[in-house]
Amino acid sequence: MSNTSKDVAKENFITGVQQSKTTGEKIFKKYCISCHMADGSGVPHMNPPLIQTKYVLGEKEDLIKIILNGIGNVEINGETYTNKMPPLKKILKDQQIADVLTYVRNSFGNKAPAVTVTEVKAVRSKNT
Amino acid sequence: MKKNLLFPILLFSAVIFSIFSFTNISSSSKINQPPKTNADKAGLTLPAGFSASIVADNTGEARHIAVTKEGDLYIKLGSAKGGNGILFLQDPDQNGRYQKKTGFADYSGTEVGLKNGYLYASSNTTIYRYKLNDKDEVTDPKNPEIIVSGLLDHGEHNSKSFTFDDQGNLYVNVGAYSNSCQEQDRVPGSMGMKGCPILDSAGGIWQFKIDKLNQHYGDGVHYAIGLRNVVGLDWNQIDNALFVMQHGRDQLHDLFPKYYTTKQSAVLPAECMYEIHKGDNAGWPYIYYDQIQKKQILMPEYGGNGKKTADKKYLDPVMAFPGHMGPNGLLFYTGNQFPEKYKNGAFIAFHGSWNRSPEPQAGYFVVFVPFKDGKPSGKWEVFADGFAGEKVVMSPGKAEHRPCGLAQGPDGSLYVSDDSKGTIYKISYKK
Repeated sequence: MSNTSKDVAKENFITGVQQSKTTGEKIFKKYCISCHMADGSGVPHMNPPLIQTKYVLGEKEDLIKIILNGIGNVEINGETYTNKMPPLKKILKDQQIADVLTYVRNSFGNKAPAVTVTEVKAVRSKNT
Repeated sequence: MKKNLLFPILLFSAVIFSIFSFTNISSSSKINQPPKTNADKAGLTLPAGFSASIVADNTGEARHIAVTKEGDLYIKLGSAKGGNGILFLQDPDQNGRYQKKTGFADYSGTEVGLKNGYLYASSNTTIYRYKLNDKDEVTDPKNPEIIVSGLLDHGEHNSKSFTFDDQGNLYVNVGAYSNSCQEQDRVPGSMGMKGCPILDSAGGIWQFKIDKLNQHYGDGVHYAIGLRNVVGLDWNQIDNALFVMQHGRDQLHDLFPKYYTTKQSAVLPAECMYEIHKGDNAGWPYIYYDQIQKKQILMPEYGGNGKKTADKKYLDPVMAFPGHMGPNGLLFYTGNQFPEKYKNGAFIAFHGSWNRSPEPQAGYFVVFVPFKDGKPSGKWEVFADGFAGEKVVMSPGKAEHRPCGLAQGPDGSLYVSDDSKGTIYKISYKK
């Protein structure tokens, strides 16, 4: 079996995602774990779960907006979560947001394409 | 290579696993085991002489409960189910399990209580009452009277718990719609708003008349301020005073990591029991109570650093518990069934923490505090444990049951509601 350039690109991409996940996990443990829990299960009625929800696995732009601007009183699968999530746009850099979202989208049984720093930059510039 | 190694390991593990499973099965089926008690069936650990039985389950988010003099049960649901926000349970054949269930009231909420021939219940904005017949059944479930309306509901801390005194007053909690009155709620490093404006309409207890209809904020007395959020409260008949359990602030480490480690943040600040009199100020959001230093400490949002004390003294708690355990139910025991030490003491249902990650969570039990002459007379002790179903709870979603409401039955039994699976426990004592 010989490596085609496509395979190399794919491998590089996978390595990139892996690195992003590793850094993302550190950011998750620093900024997210206390509300969303180590297993991403959240807190019933207060802090939303990050497992298999459209907020996490759906449109990347929506997810990036949540981490930039925060959210409150969100309804997920018929349950309302009342605690406010703070805006983190002044706390986290674009690369950190890309990393932590990539981690969240590929942990707790989730599997979804990585979030790139370019995507975060684009959403941030539209927002400000 | 890896693959080849892995297979024998897996096979070996499978063999070991089956041996252990088999051993477990055979040991648990030995016939000379002691007969299981009610306590075993309910899965709770209790002091000697007490037993628990499950009198109802799968009722929904059973928040607070009330037991009538007939032994019937009203449950307020956190989320109305099929148009029913209140359930009425009866046990017609007296077999110790409620089989007859009816429902009414299409709103979600937390509180339900019986007083002077009425059932009172709250949504997150309104307090209603329903006339009862001589069997304590609601006569007209579709047309309650509105006692208070227009109470603030911004989502966060929105449950409107209440209790009564014997002079015709109702005491209602309006929780602060904020963690610590930061300029930006829960944003790391954000400082506290000057002269916290939330305190005008929330973060305290309001007193209303129990029999006056259509009251609003202006009709009530702003009875106590500086209470972040209270879910469990009760009137103490001996002391003739209101007692409340405050939910202390969250996230000291997340918001001010330079002053607090994750370990400190897991246990601080204290969950406080306050004896409340008119005009009291418990100090939120300016101070919190540190149960280790036994001091009122200035909040970091208002210039604190974990050590600085406040210039102004606020109300001290009558008892302080470790942080974040979520005291959701408070009941002064006035029954005659339990041993003498329990008489007029306080039972507290701790819902269980979430704000201790990455440390293990705590709470998920019912605590007892002995009282004498209306004051705590000894240390608190765990009374009923085992609700969570696992010894160490890392995330609250994994806890099987979460104690929330308490009620005393006509025979002096203690009822505990669980708002996770909707199980109702009845705890009794036999010499």
